[in-house]
Amino acid sequence: MRLLRIVPDDTKFDFMRFRRVSFPISALLSIAAILLFFTHGLNFGIDFVGGTLVEIQSKSGPADLGRMRTTLGGLNLGDVQLQQFGAPTDVLIRIPQQPGGEGAQQEAIAKVRAALGSDVDYRRVEVVGPRVSTELLAYGMIGLMSAILGILVYLWFRFEWQFALGAMIANVHDLVLTIGFMSLTQIDFDLTSIAALLTILGYSLNDTVVIYDRIREMLRRYKKMPMADLLNISVNSTLSRSIITHVTVTLALLALFFFGPRAIHSFTSTMLFGVVLVGTYTSIFIAAPILIYLGVGTTRIEEERAAGKSQAGKPVPASR
Amino acid sequence: MLHISRWKTIAILATTLFVCLCAVPNFFPEKTVESWPKWAQRHIVLGLDLQGGSHILLEVDAAAVRKEKLDGLREDVRRVVRENRLGSPASVVVRGNTVEFRTREGADQQLALTKFRELSQPLGGFLGTTGARSVDVVDAGNGLYRFTVTEPAYIERIRQAVDQSIQIIERRVNELGTVEPSIQRQGADRVLVQVPGLQDPARLKELLGKTAKLTFRMVDLTAAPDPGRVPPDSELLYGTKAENNQPYLIEKRVVVSGEDLTDAQPGFDQRTGEPIVTFRFNSNGARRFAQATQENVGRPFAIVLDNEVISAPVIREPILGGSGQISGNFTIEQANDLAILLRAGALPAPLTIIEERTVGPGLGQDSIEKGKLAAYAGTAMVVIFMFLTYGLFGLFANIAVAINVAMIFGILSLLNATLTLPGIAGIVLTVGIAVDSNVLIYERIREEVRAGKSAIMAIDAGFSRALATIMDSNITTFIAAAVLFYIGTGPVRGFAVTLGIGIITTVFTAFTLTRLIVATWVRLRRPRVVPI
Repeated sequence: MRLLRIVPDDTKFDFMRFRRVSFPISALLSIAAILLFFTHGLNFGIDFVGGTLVEIQSKSGPADLGRMRTTLGGLNLGDVQLQQFGAPTDVLIRIPQQPGGEGAQQEAIAKVRAALGSDVDYRRVEVVGPRVSTELLAYGMIGLMSAILGILVYLWFRFEWQFALGAMIANVHDLVLTIGFMSLTQIDFDLTSIAALLTILGYSLNDTVVIYDRIREMLRRYKKMPMADLLNISVNSTLSRSIITHVTVTLALLALFFFGPRAIHSFTSTMLFGVVLVGTYTSIFIAAPILIYLGVGTTRIEEERAAGKSQAGKPVPASR
Repeated sequence: MLHISRWKTIAILATTLFVCLCAVPNFFPEKTVESWPKWAQRHIVLGLDLQGGSHILLEVDAAAVRKEKLDGLREDVRRVVRENRLGSPASVVVRGNTVEFRTREGADQQLALTKFRELSQPLGGFLGTTGARSVDVVDAGNGLYRFTVTEPAYIERIRQAVDQSIQIIERRVNELGTVEPSIQRQGADRVLVQVPGLQDPARLKELLGKTAKLTFRMVDLTAAPDPGRVPPDSELLYGTKAENNQPYLIEKRVVVSGEDLTDAQPGFDQRTGEPIVTFRFNSNGARRFAQATQENVGRPFAIVLDNEVISAPVIREPILGGSGQISGNFTIEQANDLAILLRAGALPAPLTIIEERTVGPGLGQDSIEKGKLAAYAGTAMVVIFMFLTYGLFGLFANIAVAINVAMIFGILSLLNATLTLPGIAGIVLTVGIAVDSNVLIYERIREEVRAGKSAIMAIDAGFSRALATIMDSNITTFIAAAVLFYIGTGPVRGFAVTLGIGIITTVFTAFTLTRLIVATWVRLRRPRVVPI
């Protein structure tokens, strides 16, 4: 049987040359993401801003969104949003947080239940009061920060500090782009989004660490090789693994995206973007070349400079 | 790397088999599993988002507890003042967070301070006394004394209030007759109630939201019920909606309270057929109720629940038997719920619902089915892809993945863990990432082959070099999962659990099982070339 080879043996792409392109692109994209975040903001779900989320299913055929909108609009509950959710019978209703503390939220949902009557099935009701939402947001942020810190410390123990810093820059870049994506698409940002961000962080690092492991090994083996060449060899030799692993993760995520329940759609689409699109790019085009700037093997950098422009453009010398 | 001793082989296989077997109870109906020995019954619990149910987070009204504690202190000070003739008890007042009192002129200040200090009790901690005391007494000079309840005393009282609330909620929820409700303390002042399989949590919320403080008091007939002029010893209360919110002037003095009830049952009035609640007092309550009704024949008394007058019947004759009935235009269900509330007792402080998440059984079932579909589809695609890429070694990887998933279910069962919808996503994701360890090993083997090593040497080197990387790369994801477990609640925590367990099983299978399979294959086949 002939086996599938997605990446041919012995690739010799000069990834490091791309850093002159990839760094500015990443910087631009990051700035765009940050701008998006500050202008468009995130579509915070009730987990973080409080309020009520109701998923209903009409018992008698497709739901009449217009009529429901009028009915609920007359309840004086603020900006009530209705949205078809999957099947035409299913509707997702969002009620903003009501002024008047914790008890007011419960009164709002009671009013909605009374207004919609018995023609609908309540598939899901989530009410998050002001206190809980504030706490969840704080926990979410603290969680993200402590995960980043924890991973930084681990990498610092396991590698030299330049690697830890490089990995961190690369993966904060992932998070920034993913948040930009969430802002652009206005996907619901809730607790599962924090879960998605943390998982993206974990997987992205997983990838980076694999490449860094190889770089470290190469650093020990080839004491004299110019840094750019060494990084190129490292990335090329782990390229097949990077691609294959991303294919399997993508397959799993696609299955969740297309066959999984609607409730985890925003979760899977965020992960697809973060892990598949950004993560792969980052470990190859950001995490590895950034080591040059962080001064890994400083002596080599001088050698590289000494070798100067004559190196650029030439294919990577086969080292074995 | 390829030589694995017989003992190690046995240990690896035994561990794997044991963990996989732990998943077995999940595949049998609950009834069957119940007849098995206790140790074999551990199984995965479906989260509320999958089996349907209500998650309700309640918070004890700390402000009410503090106020009650402060009022209690005021009463204590008054008692001391009265007993020791230190001044007028009425001049003991609450000002902000403190109780203030000025002694009468010529009072024995030494005695006053000693007696006041006796009000302060040492507080107990986990390790005996902590040195903290319940009340701070400050002698402000000129016969002025200030009393404050110390922070530890407040905290202790709130803790007690939560404990009592949990007991009372348990009694109330158990009356609903649902399966396996769970009621837990959360943080300092919260109670989490989780009740599976409820279509409409309205009744549950109704039962949780009532303090159910029942009092029997006399109606004050000396004045008309006018909000402008309320006599100092009475208060203006309103009737229930069924009683048209009628205002009443009710004496503050409590004749008998709900604490003296020994039983309450729903029933029907023998004459009118209207739903009622019948109750029975303990001997203390019966005596006081008999005395009050004897003295007040012809006057109305009020049955007050949570500052709402349920009814105010006129006493026709003394009630001496220690039992009676409450009528108040109830529906059958209202009578039923009131009886439940009275039997369970009053909450020490009001509870507020601060978070509610309810999933209907229909959506839960849908989620399970779609989650399963996604899991099968994802696994099938990954398995086919791995086979196409690595052939025989791809099959080895697939065996490892299958065992991996079985082990995840085994460990989840062993921990009696909760499986949620994001948890299912975590398992599907693990399938995608679990093969990564195999990919790392196989790619390394390919490299070593290209570097000119013999088949066996290449396999050996591939394993030993890849394992360090596998360890490093998985720990980062594990840190993320651990953080998520710590900060997450409910469904998200379920994701962290499956993700974390998935990482552990992935590393375990990579280090042991995959190696064992490949080593066995090498021993049996003595390959010249590696087929990848």
